[in-house]
Amino acid sequence: MKNVRIAAIAVLVVAMGAALGANYIAPASYEQQFRESPSASPSAQHLLGTDDLGRDRFARLLHGARVSLVLAPLAAAISTVLAAFFGGMAGYFGGWMERWALTVVDLFLSIPWLFLLISVRAVLPLNISPQASVVVTFLLLGFLGWAASARIICAGTRDMMKSEFVALARATGFSGVKLVRLHVLPNLRGTLLAQFWISVPVFIITEANLSALGLGVSEPLPSLGSLLRELQNVVTLRPEPWIFVPLAVLIVVVSCFQILLNRLSMERSSSERTSIERPGAPA
Amino acid sequence: MRRLLFPCMAVLLLCSAIAAQMGGELRFCIPSEPNTFNPLLPQEVSSGTIIYLTGGVLLRVNRITQMAEPELATSWQVLDGGKRIHFQLREGLKFSDGTPFSAEDVAYTMQKLMDPELHSPTGDAFRSGEGKVTTRILSPLAVDIVFPAMVANLAKLFDTVPMLSSRSPQKDMAALGPFYVAEHKAGLYILLKRNPYYWKKDSSGKQLPYLDAVRLEIELNKEIEALRFSRGEVQMITSLQPDIFEKLASQNAAQVQDAGVSSYTEFLWFNLAPTSPIAAYKRVWFTSTGFRRAVSEAINRADMARIVFHGHAQPAVGAVSPANKFWFNAKLKPHPYDPDSALRRLRQDGFRLENGALRDQSGNEVEFSIMTVANNHARESMAAMIQQDLKKIGIKVNVVSLDFHAVIERIGETFNYEACLLGLLYSDLDPNGVMNVWLSSESDHQWNPRQKSPATGWETEIDRLMRAQASSGDERLRKQYWDRVQEIAWEQEPFIYLVDKNALVAISPKVKNAHPSALHPQTFWNAEHLKLEPSDH
Repeated sequence: MKNVRIAAIAVLVVAMGAALGANYIAPASYEQQFRESPSASPSAQHLLGTDDLGRDRFARLLHGARVSLVLAPLAAAISTVLAAFFGGMAGYFGGWMERWALTVVDLFLSIPWLFLLISVRAVLPLNISPQASVVVTFLLLGFLGWAASARIICAGTRDMMKSEFVALARATGFSGVKLVRLHVLPNLRGTLLAQFWISVPVFIITEANLSALGLGVSEPLPSLGSLLRELQNVVTLRPEPWIFVPLAVLIVVVSCFQILLNRLSMERSSSERTSIERPGAPA
Repeated sequence: MRRLLFPCMAVLLLCSAIAAQMGGELRFCIPSEPNTFNPLLPQEVSSGTIIYLTGGVLLRVNRITQMAEPELATSWQVLDGGKRIHFQLREGLKFSDGTPFSAEDVAYTMQKLMDPELHSPTGDAFRSGEGKVTTRILSPLAVDIVFPAMVANLAKLFDTVPMLSSRSPQKDMAALGPFYVAEHKAGLYILLKRNPYYWKKDSSGKQLPYLDAVRLEIELNKEIEALRFSRGEVQMITSLQPDIFEKLASQNAAQVQDAGVSSYTEFLWFNLAPTSPIAAYKRVWFTSTGFRRAVSEAINRADMARIVFHGHAQPAVGAVSPANKFWFNAKLKPHPYDPDSALRRLRQDGFRLENGALRDQSGNEVEFSIMTVANNHARESMAAMIQQDLKKIGIKVNVVSLDFHAVIERIGETFNYEACLLGLLYSDLDPNGVMNVWLSSESDHQWNPRQKSPATGWETEIDRLMRAQASSGDERLRKQYWDRVQEIAWEQEPFIYLVDKNALVAISPKVKNAHPSALHPQTFWNAEHLKLEPSDH
C-alpha cells in the first residue's frame, strides 16, 4: 500500500512538474494553429498530433493540465475555508446559529449548481482575457462548492464540542478563540484536509463538465476539461486513440488524489480510535 | 405443365418485387418533440418536418428548380398588381379521412391563417397592409383571395400554407399531403402513414406515395443519429455536420452527398446600438466602415471553410447565398483575405501598430470580445480562427461562449456585447422574407435594432430600396433593388459574412429516387416519390 501511495505522489509530482514547466517542455504554443496540418496524427513534430484547428495536442495537454492542477487546488482551498467557517461556526455555537447556517447550507445544496454556474458566468463581463476567465471560473467553483463540506465540518465540530476534553478546557477557563485555536482546529485538521483533497478532483471534473458545455475556459486557453470536448463525437468512433490521452491523464490524476485521500481517511480513523481508547486526550 | 410453371413463377416474383417496392417504412430522425401539430404554426424543425410531409399545399416550390409547380391548384394567377390571387383547384381531391376538398376549405384556411389570435409566422408573411384578407368562393373549384395591399412574391408564399378541412371531424389532423399522422409516442417517435386518398400519381399511373409509412425518431444527439444511420436503423440524415459527413464518407462514399452550397450563412457583426453599455471609444471603432472592412479583410475565410467545415463550405459573399439562384447578386465576390490591405485601411482610420498591438488615435489598445453560443463546435472554432487572424494585425480578441438564452438576451434586450458570431438559415428565398433584418426600424436589424430613424445614410438607402422592392410587382425591378441592397451591405459590412455552409446529407443506398437539394428539406422534399429496396421493408 505504501508503494502505491509513493507511486501516486510521484505521478502527481511529475504531472505537476510537467504542467508548471509547460512553457519549456511544450514544442509549440498552445494557441498556434498549424493550418496546413489540422487533425494530424502523432509525429516527431507533434507528439500527440494536432486538433481540428491544427494546434499541437501535446502542448495543449501540458498547458491544460497546468490550468486544472493549479487552479483546482486553489478553488478547493477557498471552498474548504468557507466550509470551515460556516460549518465550524454552526457546530461551535449550536442552537439558532446552527439552524440558520444549516438552512443556508441546505439552500446551497438544493440549488442546481450547474445552472447557477451557467447563470453567474452569463452575467460576468464579456471582455476578459482567457486567463482571467479561467481564474473566475475556478473562483466561482470555490465560492459555490463549500456547502457539502460545511455540513460534515459542522457535525464534526458539534461532536467535538460535546467531548470531555473541550468541557475540561472550558472548565479551566479557555476563551473561545483559544479553544478554537488549540483544540477545535487541530482536531478538525484531518476532516479539513480530507474535504480539501476531495474537492480537488471534484473541481477538476466540474470544470471539465462546464468546459464540455463550452462554458468553462474560453478559447484559446486549454484545460483538461476543454480538451475532453474532443471526445464528444466519440460515438462516431474516431479511430485515433491519442485523443483519449487527456481523459487518461484526468483519470490518473484523480485516482492519485483518491489514493492519497484514502490514506488520509485511514490515518484519521486510526487517530480517532486512539482518542476513543484514551478518553479526555486531545486527538 | 412444367413449361408453364417457369413463366408463371417469374411473373409472380416480378409482381411481388413491384409490390414490395411500393411499400416499406422510411425512418429518419427529428431533433426534438414537435412543438405543435397545427399546420399553420410551424415553429421549429420537427413540426416543420411533419407539416411538410402531411400538409397539402396549393402550389409547391420545386427544391431543385426553385420554380412554383401546381399541387392542389391546377393553375393560379396573380392579379391587381399583387393584391389578388386566383386559384383553380384540382377536381375530386379528398383529405386523409375521406372528406372532400373544395374552395370552402381554402377560405377556411385563409381565415384561420390570418386570425391575429393565432400568431402564425406563416400568416405574418401575408400581412402587407391594414385591413382584412377576404376570400371569394367563385365555384367549388375556383377561389379568389384578396389582400388589402400588394404582397410581393404572393404565389410562392402559398408553398408554406397547408390546407385545412372546414368539415372534417379530424379538424387540423386531416391531411391532404402524402402522409398523415397515425401515431405519436411522446419522446420516442411519430409515425406517419400513407394517405390513402392522396391525389398524386406517378408517370405510370400508380398512386403515390410509394412508401407505406415514415417513422420520425426523436433524437437530439447528432452523433447517435449518425451511429444509428451506420447501423441501418435510420435511412436518412437531413443535415450533417462536416466531421460526421467525412466519417460516414470514409465508411461508404455512396451513402453521403454534398448537395452544394446552401442558404445557411455564418456571420459576425459589431454592436452599433447607441444605447449599448460599451465604451464610447469602442463604439467609434465599430461604427467606422474602414474598421469593419479591415476586420473583414483580415479574416481568412478560405481557411475557415477548409478547416472548420472540411471543405464543405464556401467563403460567403453577402446577404444572399449563391444557393438562391434568382436573387443572388452574381456581380459580388467574397472579400479577399488581405491583412496588408486591412492594415492600410486601419492606418487611414488613424490606427497604428505598436509592438504588435494595434492602437487607436487616443492610444487605446484595440481589443474586443466575440460572443457566440456555447457547445457549437463549428462556431467556437471559427471564433478561434478569427482570434488568430486578427492577432496578425494587432487586434486582441476574447472569445466568449454563452448559453443560447444569454446570447439572445444580450443581442435583443440589453445590447451588452461587442461583437457576435451566429448563423442564419434563410429559408425564404424572397427578399420580403428578410425585411425584418434589413429595415432599420425592425427588431432583427441586429447591429442596431429598432431605430426611430435610420442612423446612417446607407441604412436610409437600404430602407428605401427594401420598401421599393416590397411594393413592386415587377420581378426585374425588385431584383435591381435587392441587388443594390446586397451591394451596399457588401460595401458597408454591417454583417461580416464568413462562410455559406454546404448542404450535407446522408441517404442509404436502399432509398431510391432521392435527389438531395441544397434547400430545406434537403432529403425528403420529394417524399411521395421515395422508395425503399425490399430488404428494408
